[in-house]
Amino acid sequence: MSAATHTGEHRLNTSGIRPGRIVAWTILLLGGLVMVTPLAFMLSTSLKTAGQVYDLRLIPAAPTLANYVEVLSDGRFARWFLNSLGIATVVTVSNVFFDSLVGYTLAKFDFRGRYFVFLAILSTLMIPTEMLVIPWYLMSAQFGWIDSYWGIMFPGMMTAFGTFLMKQFFETIPDDFLEAARIDGLNEFQIWWRVAMPLVTPALSALAIFTFLGNWTAFFWPLIVTTSSELYTLPVGLSSFAVAESIQWEKIMTGVSLATIPTLVVFLLLQRYIVRGVMLAGLKG
Amino acid sequence: MATIELDRLVKRYGKIEAVKGIDLHIADGEFVVLVGPSGCGKSTTLRMIAGLEDITGGTLRIGGEIVNEREPKHRNIAMVFQNYAIYPHLTVHQNIGFGLYTSKLSQSEKDKRIREAADTLGLDAYLDRRPAALSGGQRQRVAIGRAMVRNPVAFLFDEPLSNLDAQLRAQMRIEIKRLQQRLATTTVYVTHDQVEAMTMADRIVVMRDGEILQTGTPTELYENPVDTFTARFIGSPSMNLVPGRRDASGVVLGEGDIMVGVRPHDLVVRADRHPGAVLSLDGTVTAVEPLGSETLVHLDTAGRAVIATAPGKSIPPTGSRLTASAEPGSLYLFDAGSGKSLGRL
Repeated sequence: MSAATHTGEHRLNTSGIRPGRIVAWTILLLGGLVMVTPLAFMLSTSLKTAGQVYDLRLIPAAPTLANYVEVLSDGRFARWFLNSLGIATVVTVSNVFFDSLVGYTLAKFDFRGRYFVFLAILSTLMIPTEMLVIPWYLMSAQFGWIDSYWGIMFPGMMTAFGTFLMKQFFETIPDDFLEAARIDGLNEFQIWWRVAMPLVTPALSALAIFTFLGNWTAFFWPLIVTTSSELYTLPVGLSSFAVAESIQWEKIMTGVSLATIPTLVVFLLLQRYIVRGVMLAGLKG
Repeated sequence: MATIELDRLVKRYGKIEAVKGIDLHIADGEFVVLVGPSGCGKSTTLRMIAGLEDITGGTLRIGGEIVNEREPKHRNIAMVFQNYAIYPHLTVHQNIGFGLYTSKLSQSEKDKRIREAADTLGLDAYLDRRPAALSGGQRQRVAIGRAMVRNPVAFLFDEPLSNLDAQLRAQMRIEIKRLQQRLATTTVYVTHDQVEAMTMADRIVVMRDGEILQTGTPTELYENPVDTFTARFIGSPSMNLVPGRRDASGVVLGEGDIMVGVRPHDLVVRADRHPGAVLSLDGTVTAVEPLGSETLVHLDTAGRAVIATAPGKSIPPTGSRLTASAEPGSLYLFDAGSGKSLGRL
């Protein structure tokens, strides 16, 4: 009986490919091609000379690393890279800390006005960033934050989305866990940090990944709030290669190729959390 | 170890009074079980003792000191929860040690206590495991271990065995009882399971609608229930209650001003009428539950359902007519209106 079953499964695996699976693979392959092609051209262009940029062959006729040498030896690139890295890291740490602190408070403490506070935070999600830029700019001008790191970072130090996400997750923690810790003598901050936070690691990872990537690629607000090139973030800095008289595509693509490295590192470090986090958060990456 | 005294303790949620001014004095080292149906206020009472619920009125003393306003961590009590409340990200060793998180003891002393607790609870081999790799019973032991390491003045248990299967529940009942007797720590245990209450308690407190109906040893409650609620709540299967009235010879069943109670174990199925019986009921067998040592026989007696017992090897066929009778001294009489006890017969 078992031998017959085994034989049947074996035949199915080798020759019994269902038509539905072929359609699925075809769609996935096409989707993959659509996603990978721009990245492949980005990498390809970074290996071309200025004269070869409009030669649309994927594999350059005479590949060169000269662009990488030039971009990396240009002090400005390293500066912008570090600016982006520092800003994305600080904003991510700040979000993980404050969003979860506020989310935990809203989820687990019963106080007057709790629902109103939550609604107020949630309502900010409904205002598009383009509209918020004006008050942010006026505020920055008022406090003297224009052209400063703090000016770039302050709008994202705590987000309504992150607070909402963390609140939803903290609500899933049984109150018994927190009460047991309360009886064991921990104060409220210790309960949050030692008990609640480790229980929402997947959500924290998702929040950290989204925040880091969002800030690493942020362009609009840093472009508006900065004027000195020393404070540029990487996307803003790279855009400065596109000067009116000549757009240096090969340099831009080289810079962008280098800029993907931190995102790849983040992905490799946290990949086991990414899919889980995206599923838990009910978000599309 | 300490005494726990509740004087006119009240808990209100808005207009709803969940606990209505209860008085209870628990002696040092005593094992008291609060029992009652859902919503009777037993868990709320326990949570007030723990400090997890504010006290609306009355006084709570632990070890003679008023602790109404004291934070849970300053009451030196330990609590075991229904869902264990052990942390999935920590090992058994870390979970047990969590009870000593704020302790000023040296690390070696903490380790010693953790190992002693693990040894007592048979968890030595599992100290490096995480809760996900433990059975339900082992998880509950970890929760008890965490409570033990602190050497608290009192243990509070909130339905700790509800999530276990019947066999494990029976085993853990005995383990908790033995542990409490060994440590002689004052214990307040909440359950809705009267078997747990009967088998574990030094003293049972029966609650309903935020009030204490009766307090006493398991035998006292079984033998002398103050009303029909306690009479039916304590003992398994529940006491049979049928309406009736008194007459010169004893009681007559039917319309009347009293309820006649008889426990299924005292209502025995016989081949014929027993001349010395104080109560005899003729009925049709509607169902039988063979339990091995005895058989529970469900009878329909003139439209009233009662449960009687027969010897283990005797399994009467469904639909047959039988007589069940009770010996003198086995009847409980209650007022039909108030449900209050009128004594035994």
